[in-house]
Amino acid sequence: MELITSWLGNVPDFAVPYALAALGLILTERAGVLALGAEGLLLAGALASIGMQLALGVTGLSLLAGMAAAALVSVLFAVMVIILRINQVIAGLTLVFFCQGLTSLLGTLLEWTNQPIQGLPALALWPLSELPLIGRLFNQNLMVYLTAPIFFAVVWYLQRSTSGLRLRAVGENPQAADAAGIPVIAYRFAAVMAGAALVGLAGAYIAVLSTKMWIADMSGGRGWIAVALVIFARWSPWKALVGALLFGCIEALIPQLAAAGIRLPQYFVLMTPYAVTLGVMIWVALSGRGQNDQPGALGEPYVREERR
Amino acid sequence: MPNALQLEGVSKSFDGYKALSDASFTVKWGEVHALLGENGAGKSSLMNIAAGLYAPESGHLLIDDNPVRLKGPADAARERIGMVHQHFKLVKPFSVAENILLGLPKRAGSHRARLLETERLVAEKAAEIGFAIDPRQTVATLSIAEQQRVEILKVLLAGARILILDEPTAVLTDQEGERLLSTVRKLARQGAAVVLVTHRMSDVKRFADRVTVMRGGRTITTLDPAGIDIAELVKLTVGESPSLPEHTRNEAGPVRLQVRGLRSPERGGRRILSGVDMDLRAGEIYAIAGVGGNGQSELANVLMGLPEPCEGEVQVDGLGDLLSASPAQRRELRIAAIPADRYGLALAGNLSIADNFAIGQVHNGRYGGFWRLREGVVRADTRAAVERFDVQGARSPGQKAALLSGGNAQKLVIAREFSREPNIVLAHSPSRGLDVRAGAAVHQRLLAARDAGAAVLLISEDLDEVLALADRIGVMSGGRIVAEFERPADRQAIGKAMVDHA
Repeated sequence: MELITSWLGNVPDFAVPYALAALGLILTERAGVLALGAEGLLLAGALASIGMQLALGVTGLSLLAGMAAAALVSVLFAVMVIILRINQVIAGLTLVFFCQGLTSLLGTLLEWTNQPIQGLPALALWPLSELPLIGRLFNQNLMVYLTAPIFFAVVWYLQRSTSGLRLRAVGENPQAADAAGIPVIAYRFAAVMAGAALVGLAGAYIAVLSTKMWIADMSGGRGWIAVALVIFARWSPWKALVGALLFGCIEALIPQLAAAGIRLPQYFVLMTPYAVTLGVMIWVALSGRGQNDQPGALGEPYVREERR
Repeated sequence: MPNALQLEGVSKSFDGYKALSDASFTVKWGEVHALLGENGAGKSSLMNIAAGLYAPESGHLLIDDNPVRLKGPADAARERIGMVHQHFKLVKPFSVAENILLGLPKRAGSHRARLLETERLVAEKAAEIGFAIDPRQTVATLSIAEQQRVEILKVLLAGARILILDEPTAVLTDQEGERLLSTVRKLARQGAAVVLVTHRMSDVKRFADRVTVMRGGRTITTLDPAGIDIAELVKLTVGESPSLPEHTRNEAGPVRLQVRGLRSPERGGRRILSGVDMDLRAGEIYAIAGVGGNGQSELANVLMGLPEPCEGEVQVDGLGDLLSASPAQRRELRIAAIPADRYGLALAGNLSIADNFAIGQVHNGRYGGFWRLREGVVRADTRAAVERFDVQGARSPGQKAALLSGGNAQKLVIAREFSREPNIVLAHSPSRGLDVRAGAAVHQRLLAARDAGAAVLLISEDLDEVLALADRIGVMSGGRIVAEFERPADRQAIGKAMVDHA
């Protein structure tokens, strides 16, 4: 019983970064830009937020710094794939390696590594926090609660606003969008940067609120899981949220099992999220469901005067 | 009538290829002005400049006699120019109203309210000009003709008064095309300026007030279509009159291909192919006519060996069951396939002309074995074929196939497929989208193949083509052959059979 309670209590802490990162990726990819660089953007967001936290100690500013840093790095990516029309897969992978190298280097040079910091205190949402079994779900830091309105806002934007309609048109059929007078390049740029900011926020969360220190490569493959999550969710934010919770549950279970004295090989445990990712993706492919939900122009650069 | 839109001395090139040189064009308020020309004459390029999609290298554009500069489609919309493109610019997963909302100017109000407002406007406008369209339907579920109506509603609701229609009847059946052009003429009578880009002479004769002829990127002349007959118009567009293929009835030989009870699996209570029976004989052209979407594409897929679920019997002379034949066996039988989708199925656009040509005979060792490609032979053969089949625009065998225009791409496909004397020729809409001369060349080749003893199957929605070429005609409706006609066939009777069984 105690096991389940504390397990559930830890789920949001693991699920929030997945939810935010997947949301950012969906925003970018709905505009037709394939965003494989999430892992790198997580690290950029994480390092920048740690730096800000060590400098000023204001958590809100640290999170904003993480968003800004990721958005800034993504400008490089946007120029590569939108203006120069470099292959989006290659540009995305390059971005990851670039960020991994750069953040490790800066983290060491600036001596930010392993410096513990103060996170945010847990806020109990009374009376929900007094509920049996799931009470601890409502005893989380402020950012966990803020994730909900952020999520709603982005979903609202995508599904219920004219600008969101235009963004999706750009991702589905940029020729049509252009002919309708929508600035395709500007929309894609904005989508890449806004999406990156959300991924950066996820990275900042991992660093400042979850791990509470900087460790090189601390994202530990979560960016890749977010990429898989978006495919699994067929670019739907709500399904991505469910997936994020699922992965949050799995990750939160690992320390619980250890605490309960169930001894599993360490590397087997660490492998679990990836094994689930693989399984889920194979299942999605085999079941053949929602094959057409992918944005029509995903990964395709747009040029106006191109002739076949 | 005052001038609506004027283009003066416009030039434009793509990758060194001069698409337009010193072209001039004027459309007046209240008229339907046809822009006539062969494929690649520059009609679409000229109109894309008027729609703000391309920027001209020289020349200018005047609206109501005032010079304007269009930086993009948004500027064109502001000048109330609307273009319906040949390839529709619609977002398939969106609803009709959502697609139309995209092109409307920004306005205050919630998205929901604007969408409802748009749905109302669409319904109103559709009723006004006699289109049946549900504004909430998803575009992907609409037929081609309906999608075109959405495009027209889109430009009208965006406030367009200068309407440019690029090959609007190319994708429509005769009746649909007629209805569309009547509507368009009504719009002109109400004061709009309409540009009708087309290569169909009959559309020009029947619906245009004036016609401007384009050839090789230049505007040749502007005249009144009432005062000129079709032969003259053809002469102006192609420079010389193409001769219609001479047709004499051939004595048909033995059955080469026999189809019995060909059916596709049942889906939603109907079968796309519902029991096709037909015989294809050596030395004849058997044409399948019918309104589009009655199973022609599926039949073509089955016969050409593309994945298509079906049951039934297809016996081919010299092998037996064709359905289980491997591509290599098909090659061995010398079955030539000319699919409807030239760039998607028949050619690999990014490969060279030589590669596209040689792939047809790589398997039989003509161009070397596993380890070595005899490039010299490939190039020599390609050059000879390009020459023999009159593929124009092929500067060298190494040039990308995608750079060929539609007609020349088709000639390349035919050159490859006919490189070994074919036994059976399967052609699906072989002259669709081609200009008069290229189409006539394709027809010549099919007749030549027939005379050489091949069994030719022609699947076409163009009744003129069918009547000109076929020795026998099968009318396809609801997934089967509902009637057969011998040459000379009665056009009216065929038309009746096409519609009666629908």
